[in-house]
Amino acid sequence: MLKDFFQKKKTYATITSDKAKRDIPEGLMTKCSKCGAILVTKELEKNAKVCTGCGHHFRLSALERIQCTLDDGVIVEYDSDMISLDPLDFPGYKEKLAKSTEVSGMKDAIITGEGTIGGFPAVVGIISFDFFQGTLGSVVGEKITRAIEKAIEKQYPLILFSTSGGARMQESILSLMQMAKTSAALKKLDSQGGLFISVITDPTYGGVSASFAMLGDVIIAEPGAAFGFAGRIVIEQTIRQKLPDNFQTSEFNLKHGQLDQVVHRKDIKATLTKLLDLHTVPNRSDV
Amino acid sequence: MAGELPFELPLIELRGKIEELRKFGSEKNIDFTDEIFRLEERYASLEADLYSDLTAAQKMQIARHPGRPTTLDYILHIFSDFCELHGDRLFGDDLAIVGGIAKLDGLPVTVIGHQKGKDTKDNILRNFGMAHPEGFRKALRLMKQANKFNRPIITFIDTPGAYPGNAAEERGQSEAIARNLVEMAGFQVPIICVIIGEGGSGGALALGVGNRVLMLENSIYSVITPNGAASILWKDASKADQAAEAMKITAQNMLQMEIVEEVIPEPKGGAHKDLINQADAVRQALIRHMGELTRMEQAELSEDRYRKFRAIGEFTFQD
Repeated sequence: MLKDFFQKKKTYATITSDKAKRDIPEGLMTKCSKCGAILVTKELEKNAKVCTGCGHHFRLSALERIQCTLDDGVIVEYDSDMISLDPLDFPGYKEKLAKSTEVSGMKDAIITGEGTIGGFPAVVGIISFDFFQGTLGSVVGEKITRAIEKAIEKQYPLILFSTSGGARMQESILSLMQMAKTSAALKKLDSQGGLFISVITDPTYGGVSASFAMLGDVIIAEPGAAFGFAGRIVIEQTIRQKLPDNFQTSEFNLKHGQLDQVVHRKDIKATLTKLLDLHTVPNRSDV
Repeated sequence: MAGELPFELPLIELRGKIEELRKFGSEKNIDFTDEIFRLEERYASLEADLYSDLTAAQKMQIARHPGRPTTLDYILHIFSDFCELHGDRLFGDDLAIVGGIAKLDGLPVTVIGHQKGKDTKDNILRNFGMAHPEGFRKALRLMKQANKFNRPIITFIDTPGAYPGNAAEERGQSEAIARNLVEMAGFQVPIICVIIGEGGSGGALALGVGNRVLMLENSIYSVITPNGAASILWKDASKADQAAEAMKITAQNMLQMEIVEEVIPEPKGGAHKDLINQADAVRQALIRHMGELTRMEQAELSEDRYRKFRAIGEFTFQD
């Protein structure tokens, strides 16, 4: 009873927190978008940006992902200077690209390269949602394809971290074709026995989910990640269907057989290490 | 005549005037031969003007014309001995995609395509040509079968997109499309794809990884429907025409960007005006391309497909 009283009071305080917000220096505290808890930003970052209250996984930038996944946070980057063109002369595209670079500090929506995870070498690609919503344009498609070709050449496993709003409409058909291009390259990797682990993070939709993200030998996803082909709004607007509350979450997809595991962010590195180890055949003399 | 599109109105009006004059003349027994001749000349030049320079939005209307020939129309007019095969062996039979075995000029081939309905009832059965995962998986089953029996594959593409819905998501719409892309890349038989109407998004591409991709003159190919693009980009679905122009979705655009190998001409006004001749034009193109592809070695065929898609994309490097 007494506890309830304090809970209520706390909620009341949150509602009027506009004033409180103004008193706190910018960035010191972060509000969880799911449970509303006010978190100390430093603590949140220490916890790999997972809410200590409800376990909500905040989105990570590609750099943050590299920090918490690759050994020593080190990646040897491929094609770091590749940038998008505006091949269709699409209204507003150049401006949006410039803005995305300004916001994210990236040249396009993906970083690819090689590094080690738990000591195992791997070719890695990480899409960043903060650049143009991680959309699949020519650069993302080309960098992934080149990364796949590197994985084939070096006989390294491939790990892709996906997050994307889907196709990059401003590149129209060229964007659609990146789905076919990356898939064709994955076919080559597959036929040569290469391992591909796909890690799905919040959110992953459209052209990305309907190509490489769903083609992993093993597919894992972070808890609560929204992930599917057509999003809730598109479905509700197109066919006016009532959708379940947990629609298209990782848990929904696990239940429907679309994923191998839902893995908490703090366990992603260990899970990847274990999978890489399980795909390493020991020398007979070592056994 | 039925099914004229709004932009064809001036033609219809002029045709009406000509007929009226003709009727009036024969009723009153007045000779309007010269006048009618001049009007017919005007009609011909108006028709030539109108159809020679269609906008992307007008082509989109033709591509979506309710009378536009469908996959089954082409199958029945181009091939012989069509034997339809049903079901994905996993969940059901999706009527939004049809497929089977047939002969092209005597050569057994596997034919698959999106199937739009001929009327409202048919469209409800076929979900307006928007496939669920079981549709894509039926297509995949038939393509694997073709690959096993070393039979070339021909696909007809005509869909607004993959079906957006709860059941489709539960059964793995993303996986079904992705799987087709990866498997189509690897088949060691010739694959020819023909876009006959709407090439909408991943649902179209799931039947679209071919050695040759051909496109009817008034068909369209895009990453999202222009309506969808307009509502996302400008929060206004009524700007679909503008989006159609900006996204460069016409057959001519596709040829220019080297997405398709050939544009198959249509009769004035669109394929629906003359199915017999249209089907014949598609048939001739298929036979010609098939002749070239059947001369290639098996391994060469998948390499050829890889090269085609590997080369697509526009980017540069910044120092």
